[in-house]
Amino acid sequence: MSRIQGVMKTLKGQGRKALIPYITAGDPEPGQTVGLMHTLVEAGADIIELGVPFSDPMADGPVIQLACERALKHGTSLRQVLGMVKTFRETDQATPIVLMGYLNPMEAMGYEAFADAALDAGVDGILTVDLPPEEADDVAPLFAARNLDPVFLLAPTTTDDRIRAIAEHSSGYVYYVSVKGVTGSAEINVDEVAAKVAHIHALTAVPVGVGFGIRDAQTAAAIGRVSDGVIVGSVLVDTIARNQTDPAQLKRALTDLLHPMREALDSLAS
Amino acid sequence: MSIKLTEEMLSTLPDARGHFGAYGGRFVSETLMDSLMTLEDEYQRLKQDPEFQAAFDKDLAHYVGRPSPLYFAERLTRETGGAQIWLKREDLNHTGAHKINNTIGQALLASFLGKKRIIAETGAGQHGVATATVCARLGLECHVFMGAEDVQRQSLNVYRMKLLGAQVHAVESGTRTLKDAMNDAMRDWVTHVDETFYIIGTVAGPHPYPLLVRDFQAVIGRELRAQSLEQAGRLPDALVACVGGGSNAIGMFYPFLTDESVELYGVEAGGLGIATGQHAAPLCAGRPGVLHGNRTYLMEDENGQIAGTHSVSAGLDYPGVGPEHSWLKDIGRAHYVSVTDDEALDGFRKLTRVEGIMPALESSHAVAYAVKLAATMDKDKMLVINVSGRGDKDIHTIATLDGIEL
Repeated sequence: MSRIQGVMKTLKGQGRKALIPYITAGDPEPGQTVGLMHTLVEAGADIIELGVPFSDPMADGPVIQLACERALKHGTSLRQVLGMVKTFRETDQATPIVLMGYLNPMEAMGYEAFADAALDAGVDGILTVDLPPEEADDVAPLFAARNLDPVFLLAPTTTDDRIRAIAEHSSGYVYYVSVKGVTGSAEINVDEVAAKVAHIHALTAVPVGVGFGIRDAQTAAAIGRVSDGVIVGSVLVDTIARNQTDPAQLKRALTDLLHPMREALDSLAS
Repeated sequence: MSIKLTEEMLSTLPDARGHFGAYGGRFVSETLMDSLMTLEDEYQRLKQDPEFQAAFDKDLAHYVGRPSPLYFAERLTRETGGAQIWLKREDLNHTGAHKINNTIGQALLASFLGKKRIIAETGAGQHGVATATVCARLGLECHVFMGAEDVQRQSLNVYRMKLLGAQVHAVESGTRTLKDAMNDAMRDWVTHVDETFYIIGTVAGPHPYPLLVRDFQAVIGRELRAQSLEQAGRLPDALVACVGGGSNAIGMFYPFLTDESVELYGVEAGGLGIATGQHAAPLCAGRPGVLHGNRTYLMEDENGQIAGTHSVSAGLDYPGVGPEHSWLKDIGRAHYVSVTDDEALDGFRKLTRVEGIMPALESSHAVAYAVKLAATMDKDKMLVINVSGRGDKDIHTIATLDGIEL
């Protein structure tokens, strides 16, 4: 069982929901990323989605676009991101790390070299925004051979046949994109999400994490009630942007955001 | 390596998932997959639908003004002193470029699909103008995404789009050029996926766009083939077209792919020179990668970040290229070369002064290479340049380079 599957199973046994924060590696500058990852864990993260910056983040709104630009200004490369995970693992062997990004940096590194390096660094899962399962024939076996969980996206527009097929290719969890839009853009419609996630649960046993539009304890609890986990991205990245010159204040601000979400999620446990 | 292509082989390309060999495909976020699959199914159905084809042909004839002439450039031929140089006059189309062939086709598709909101990306503004034009005619809401830098250097086209009723969104992210316009168009599409049809302007993007844009532009090559036989009694020996995304080139080349005697030349933007790195020539100097929904040759750094590009021509200022061109390069069927900004400007001046035809700066790249190539060919050979657009939109750029304020 992978580290992600272990965490999801334990949480399920406790009747708890996964809190999955996202930050972009290298933002505001590469030296701070590992520290921020530890902050996320201290504030209650179960799994971390670590964004690999890309020059053309087509699925992201302005907040994460700017995070990519800040990270790339410091030359943050995929190899460096793997180095950050390795450093994080020196003191945290428990928290699963999912790398989230776009395909081209992995393709440029070479899929086998990337898979080897990801395993060596202590990465647990890979979420590639612009890689649907249909195009993953080359990479899927490389990830499977190294016990790296492929996390695929589901969307409001995904048909039932595709939900089944995508879930079949996924392990760890599937990421349900709660709104039609880019990251950080729209208000989440809790009733619609609840209906869709219940429908996904009926079609697959793979845990369902929900992201896009979760920005506070209230939305986290509302979505946590109907899913297996909540993914929180743009609101954290925006907090990083607003506190980028003051690391101590940044740490407090991130904690102040995440901790109430953790409590709200845990208050759902029966 | 070069293989003999047959109609049978071509009929299998792209494959069911949109691949041309190792290239193409459908690399997009999940939200768009359903729309792309619906578009593909509907297009495959409409392609066989006589009513759709008749509507397309009728618009090309009576609205665009096709067929565009094949013109023998006698004086340019004499001055060059080599092969006969002929021009395929896409610059004479309504709106002044080949782009309208495709926007007519895609707008018809949108109408058949019942979509009322159209989005498009544009570099030089030709595709934006062509999209705004068909939207005006069909009464569709039109949003054009254009890099902020291109908005400045192509202000005439921006104003044309506005006159036609389109909303022009200046894109301030990234390098503020065509690739960033395409990013923002895809972001808009994902946000308004139910009611929006994305009219992509070139043979790139996720499947089925490279296929359907090629099919709509292939009218260029089909006409050229018939005109060559009728006017010259033969097929050409060489075809020359500029390549940004590559839609005018694929449209010209495609009906000749199985004609082994016809050499195909795609001319990329060499910018300040390939060695400087300041260019937009992924086929000449890039390597395969994934961007904007397809695998193709790209300009990127060693970490897979997309590189900034440079070209005097906004329409060629793009780090990728259509996947079918990548495939044609690898199998050796087409030659991909580049000319610099300065050479393209010389090409512009030459055609203007010698033939009285002002080509777009994009097309000027093809002119510049063709003149060099023709000089190396025998006088009994025949070369055709695709004059993909007219140069009126570039007058300001050229005047500025000449130090003249208009």
